[in-house]
Amino acid sequence: MIYLTRKIEFSAAHYYHNPAWSPEENARVFGKCANLNSHGHNYVLEVTVAGTPDPVTGMVLDLKALKEILEREIMQRMDHRHLNHEVPELAGKIPTTENVAVTIWNLLEPKITQGKLHRVRLYENPDLFVDCFGHAP
Amino acid sequence: MKLQLTRRYAFAAAHRLHSAQLSEEENVRLYGKCCNPHGHGHNYRVEVTLSGPVDEATGMVANLADLDAFVGREVLDAFDHKNLNEEVPAFRSAVPTTENLCLEIFRRLRAFPAARLQRVRIEETGLNSFEYAGEDQESLG
Repeated sequence: MIYLTRKIEFSAAHYYHNPAWSPEENARVFGKCANLNSHGHNYVLEVTVAGTPDPVTGMVLDLKALKEILEREIMQRMDHRHLNHEVPELAGKIPTTENVAVTIWNLLEPKITQGKLHRVRLYENPDLFVDCFGHAP
Repeated sequence: MKLQLTRRYAFAAAHRLHSAQLSEEENVRLYGKCCNPHGHGHNYRVEVTLSGPVDEATGMVANLADLDAFVGREVLDAFDHKNLNEEVPAFRSAVPTTENLCLEIFRRLRAFPAARLQRVRIEETGLNSFEYAGEDQESLG
């Protein structure tokens, strides 16, 4: 099994707010991330696909095809967007790094048909990242 | 959905690699310049990985403020700007290699209440890193 990883970067705004809670409770749990005026990050996304190299091409999957999937599914949806307001897949969810990683997994998993999506790693900043492995055992 | 969250921390500490079970010559041969009697130091980077379900109300595996406070109390306060051999009880008997440091930090963080401790990874320098995922845990890396 070979694991191939491709990296992209996108910039987006967000804030954390649970409408079921009081402003005080939101501020206590989410701290400065609860500021309703929003803030933003340069996210770095690493997408890892597992597979065996095709005996003819020597490739796990066509990198150009993967690049196009990432452009269409992630960059066009999330780059220079507001995650709370402009990404329908995140509607009603708090756009934590955890929830954004799960959303990215759910967007990419059905689109990757050569090899199998193994891991989505999303960095909110260099000191914080989340790994999503889907429903793997 | 299988999810892991990783947070990086930094601390600076002095140590000396020297085993009481070896002769002076063997210590020098084995540990080389790391055996210098006066010690030396590193800027350590520690990656703490938690795993668990995403809480529906918060959208989080664990609240980072709680994790920061716990790591601060259990590890950074005890290790940052300290001499590991002299000031961390575990290293009065064990040699403070980064391997043993991984074990000690894992032991200290295992009690974090909000999520499961999946892995501790330590960079001693930009070129060396070590990781420990516990004896009973399958590594997902």
